[in-house]
Amino acid sequence: MDIQSFFQNLINAMQWGSFYALIALGYTLVYGVLLLINFAHGDIFMVGAYIGFFVATFLLGSYAFHLPMILSPNVVFVLTLLITMILTAGVGVTLERVAYRPLRRRGAGRLYIVITALMAGLILENGNLALLGASRRAFPDLIEKVVYTIGGVTFTNVKIIVILAALGVFFLLETIVRKTKIGMAMRAISYDRVAVPLMGIPIDTVIVFTFILGSSMAALAGVLFVSAYPVLEPYMGAMIGWKAFIAAVVGGIGEIRGAFIGGFVLGFIEIFVAAVFPSTFRDLIAFGILLLFLSIKPTGIFGVARAQKI
Amino acid sequence: MLEIENLHVQYGNIEALHGISLHVKPGEMVTLLGANGAGKSTTLMSIMRLPPPEAPRVTQGRIMYKGIDLLPVPPHLVVAQHKIGLVPEGRRVFGNLTVLENLKLATYARKDTAQIHRDYERVFSLFPRLSDRKNQRVDTLSGGEQQMLATGRAFMCGADFILLDEPSMGLSPLLMQELFKVLMDLNQAGMTIFVVEQNAHIALKYAHRAYLMEAGQIVMEGKASELATNPEIQKAYLG
Ligand SMILES: Nc1ncnc2c1ncn2[C@@H]1O[C@H](COP(=O)(O)OP(=O)(O)OP(=O)(O)O)[C@@H](O)[C@H]1O
Ligand SMILES: [Mg+2]
Repeated sequence: MDIQSFFQNLINAMQWGSFYALIALGYTLVYGVLLLINFAHGDIFMVGAYIGFFVATFLLGSYAFHLPMILSPNVVFVLTLLITMILTAGVGVTLERVAYRPLRRRGAGRLYIVITALMAGLILENGNLALLGASRRAFPDLIEKVVYTIGGVTFTNVKIIVILAALGVFFLLETIVRKTKIGMAMRAISYDRVAVPLMGIPIDTVIVFTFILGSSMAALAGVLFVSAYPVLEPYMGAMIGWKAFIAAVVGGIGEIRGAFIGGFVLGFIEIFVAAVFPSTFRDLIAFGILLLFLSIKPTGIFGVARAQKI
Repeated sequence: MLEIENLHVQYGNIEALHGISLHVKPGEMVTLLGANGAGKSTTLMSIMRLPPPEAPRVTQGRIMYKGIDLLPVPPHLVVAQHKIGLVPEGRRVFGNLTVLENLKLATYARKDTAQIHRDYERVFSLFPRLSDRKNQRVDTLSGGEQQMLATGRAFMCGADFILLDEPSMGLSPLLMQELFKVLMDLNQAGMTIFVVEQNAHIALKYAHRAYLMEAGQIVMEGKASELATNPEIQKAYLG
């Protein structure tokens, strides 16, 4: 591989790593707080992309009912991101409310909650299918694509936006979790959930906040993803969701930096494997590597074995 | 201030408390003594209303605090609104957080910034060891330091009534004395204290009044000095 194609692959790897990282975050945050693997999260990403599609097309005036003024595509892009993040956070919070909270209240075992999560994901996929049909939709071009070429390496502004967004989210979340009281409460819950209300903290508020963070980041990933690869279909969240989950585990589930590093590691392995081997081998080899890694360090890159003192 | 009347509590179908009654007046330091399994922790849990699966179920009786029925109040509001702090059995400090973060977390529901700052200073002057370890991760603290932190944390909730569950457990005699002196200091400054203990020696030395619990029932109550000289208690608990 010459240096040029190395950098070309590097940029692609970082873009995919960013997608994985943004989604992995939702898995890791919810797991950190509830010890729940929220298997519906990949479908929250899909829902985010669809909400983004409808928000964007609405803002562009594609429907009979539309805004009185015409917005420039860049403004539409920013508004779409914000509105989609808010609406998708609402979907995530609703999911927690109707699916997970009642089970938690009754003290249901973790297996039941995980199964519920899987079913919730299927319901989101098939609900979408029933509601909107199987036909694919094309996300409108909101960002005018600019292609830069530096030293023979080409990349688009979309890729740069994706990578910057992931880095920005990383620093934002690290700050929230390290410095704010609600962030501390999130960490405290993962250590000893029963002691948290003794601090005057309503657990449900912390859980809702966690779902808001995770779902809005999945929405961000969803809109950015369809901005780069503008095809929407109901199952678009399944595979990428699984991969992001694996990334979260490889990074050390429950750890924010783990989700990011795990996401990037997965992105790098995938892209560089595909650069060397035939593309049909990509996932096989990539996941072989990750499996090997996990068998050596089952807690993931940053994870520590839980010695829960309860 | 706190009045428990005829409290019956069950775990599943098994009754753990068989109609206990006790009260704590403002400014008092009261101790609840009893052997393992007597129901001391269950009494405290019933006051705090901790969520399932730990929650003991109250089937009869009342818990009144400052004239308000505590039974329908969720645990975080018992702390945030009614200002009751609990130092739970086994401390249960957050080991993955620093000392300062543990204390800060306890101020979650508070808005009185100026008073919070005075309270930090108070905690660090009561427990100078904590002050030297502000940024240390709590799972690296010694058991005694964790107990101090757990006590400081209950104080930082803004509590004017603190419940403690066997604070002396695992402490050296010296640390135990140190901790009870702090409790006495707090009490003299106006804090009401209800401390559950197996160590009757130390509890009766510092408390005003005492209850003795056996198998889910209160079997004796009185002034701490009286209980300390009671021959039965001397035989069974002060050996
Ligand atoms: N979660 C629970 N489920 C079922 N039974 C319980 C539970 N917790 C306590 N019990 C029972 O209730 C009774 C009182 O227990 P409790 O923990 O209140 O005792 P204690 O006086 O605090 O004892 P110790 O000094 O050992 O802490 C015991 O018989 C105990 O087995
Ligand atoms: Mg106990």
